Amino acid sequence: MEPFVTHSGLVAPLDRANVDTDQIIPKQFLKRIERTGFGQFLFFDWRFLADGSPDPAFELNKPERKGASVLLARRNFGCGSSREHAPWALADYGFRVVIAPTFADIFFNNCFQNGMLPIRLDEADVDELFRRAAVGPYRLTADLDRSELRDDRGFSRPIAIDPFRRTCLMKGLDNIGLTLAHASAIDTWESAHGMAPSSWQAR
Amino acid sequence: MNHPPRTLLDKIWDEHLVASPAGEQPILYIDLHLVHEVTSPQAFEGLRLAGRRVHRPERTFATPDHNVPTTDRRLPIADAISKQQIDTLRANCREFGVRLFDLGDADQGIVHVIGPELGLTQPGMTIVCGDSHTATHGALGALAFGIGTSEVEHVLATQTLRQSKPKSLEVRVDGSLAPGVTAKDLVLHLIGRLSTEGGTGHVIEYTGDCIRGLSMEERMTVCNMSIEAGARAGMIAPDQVTFDYLRGRDHSPKDFEKAVERWSRLPSDPGAVYDRVEIFRGSDVTPQVTWGTNPAQVVGIDGAVPDPATFADASDRESGRRSLDYMALSAGTRITDIPIDRVFIGSCTNSRIEDLRAAARVARGHKVAASVRAMVVPGSGRVKRQAEAEGLDRIFREAGFEWREAGCSMCLGMNPDTLAPGERCASTSNRNFEGRQGKGGRTHLVSPAMAAAAAVTGRFTDIRGWRYLD
Ligand code: SF4
Repeated sequence: MEPFVTHSGLVAPLDRANVDTDQIIPKQFLKRIERTGFGQFLFFDWRFLADGSPDPAFELNKPERKGASVLLARRNFGCGSSREHAPWALADYGFRVVIAPTFADIFFNNCFQNGMLPIRLDEADVDELFRRAAVGPYRLTADLDRSELRDDRGFSRPIAIDPFRRTCLMKGLDNIGLTLAHASAIDTWESAHGMAPSSWQAR
Repeated sequence: MNHPPRTLLDKIWDEHLVASPAGEQPILYIDLHLVHEVTSPQAFEGLRLAGRRVHRPERTFATPDHNVPTTDRRLPIADAISKQQIDTLRANCREFGVRLFDLGDADQGIVHVIGPELGLTQPGMTIVCGDSHTATHGALGALAFGIGTSEVEHVLATQTLRQSKPKSLEVRVDGSLAPGVTAKDLVLHLIGRLSTEGGTGHVIEYTGDCIRGLSMEERMTVCNMSIEAGARAGMIAPDQVTFDYLRGRDHSPKDFEKAVERWSRLPSDPGAVYDRVEIFRGSDVTPQVTWGTNPAQVVGIDGAVPDPATFADASDRESGRRSLDYMALSAGTRITDIPIDRVFIGSCTNSRIEDLRAAARVARGHKVAASVRAMVVPGSGRVKRQAEAEGLDRIFREAGFEWREAGCSMCLGMNPDTLAPGERCASTSNRNFEGRQGKGGRTHLVSPAMAAAAAVTGRFTDIRGWRYLD
């Protein structure tokens, strides 16, 4: 996984609450068996008109949001299904940071597995960011080294993040490898619960 | 050992905690891992790339459900990409030694229907699946929740998961439900009150007389939709109803009495403390119909489409406006004045035998309205056979419903069963998101009885006044 230390990027404001994973990546694109190539389908039903051309009214299609890598949204972002295709699509499109007042649990979790940083901010702070982003191209920097989100016009807030997750992101660590370092604890649990020894490979 | 009073969640959590290494997320043991075709291919591929095996194949079970056609199973799958995904699941299960309930297998079905039905789901277990409605299994007193594909790979490789302990939320429902009001109406009512994010970060334990009075299948309907309130999981303490349900199922424990003894120690101790408590009354619940594009946008059948301008919260007002626009509804329209084009009876929320019995009882002797196309999709091969043994298929067919093979079908429309743009559907599924059942489709969530009634009258109809012809 690509480590995440500091990221600066253009902000795309998406002024909607309860953006569900069916909107982030509609089900007709879940049939692929790869992890990549989902960016072209991100927000498909919102992004494209019936004839397949981009809908000029949709936030991400505005010229000043081109190349955005920080997504700003309202409450309960990523609700709905557990599909990891949602963070895959966001990351493949180019997003590395998502900011919202609240996130759905599974989506929030899935972001970290893909080197993407979801940031929870107070509703009032999110309002302020929407105001700042409304006027034209606007950049934010998410700095995990200092656990800080800031712009170059004086906005700065701490990023609240679980220390273990922060380390994993910053080092780009593979969770499975980390857990397999505790294989003997798993063995102990299993034998205490009457299970036959397993055949571990690739410890 | 003397514990302070513990909740059901505490007990399952403590039992399955493998390690809590300093500065890391705790490692939780997973008893049962259910796998389906859509969220697993990338996980198996990850294992292959890393040269890893499935750590406990005997605790892993797979079935194709999301993508499968619900028409004649002897025909080849027309959609090449769907076929590839199902073939990939087959190949992965073969390669990694995982038991697959394949298409054509008598036990194939929606993963959350077959788990309990086969007795794989048991009280006190930790259960995961790459699917948010895994919460369904909590109805039997298990801690069951949905995970993403990276976590699927983690569980395949280690039979454990990195998890921080969620908070507990007791949702107590006192009293009982009025006649004609079902578990589906109850859970929609609860979501309407709790909001779509009211349960975020929590595991809900449903308690109270009203919950205790529900059958096993009704409990599954309630737990199934916990995720629509944002909760990680939903659970109900095991009791006699649970034990009676599990006795004699294929995978139920051999020494059943001993298992019951163990399971009987699971319910929350008197005095156990929940992080939060919400209390409701069963008698407040009426038959529910959603009017918007999330499950919390719901109202009683005797109500009207609300005016979002009256909502207290700014983002609720904005969501409400968008929803009405998408649903092509105007504030003040009586729910019973809304005509429908399609009816879908199925999904992991409402496709079990009791659901089909309830719908058939309403449909019996009536005819589906000429303007409506209605389909019934049983949740599993077993449910289908049971329904046919009881003659339910005949009642549905005679009334003009389509009778189909088991799968997720139009719950999410990954297979050919979809709504056309602008079509309005009374659906027993769990999500009314934009485009969920087909791009531009308009979904209203209801109970099986209400869906069957709407099929007959062509509009939403209060089931409490239904003319049963039995
Ligand atoms: S029936 Fe619907 S909600 Fe249930 S598992 Fe299938 S797609 Fe998901």
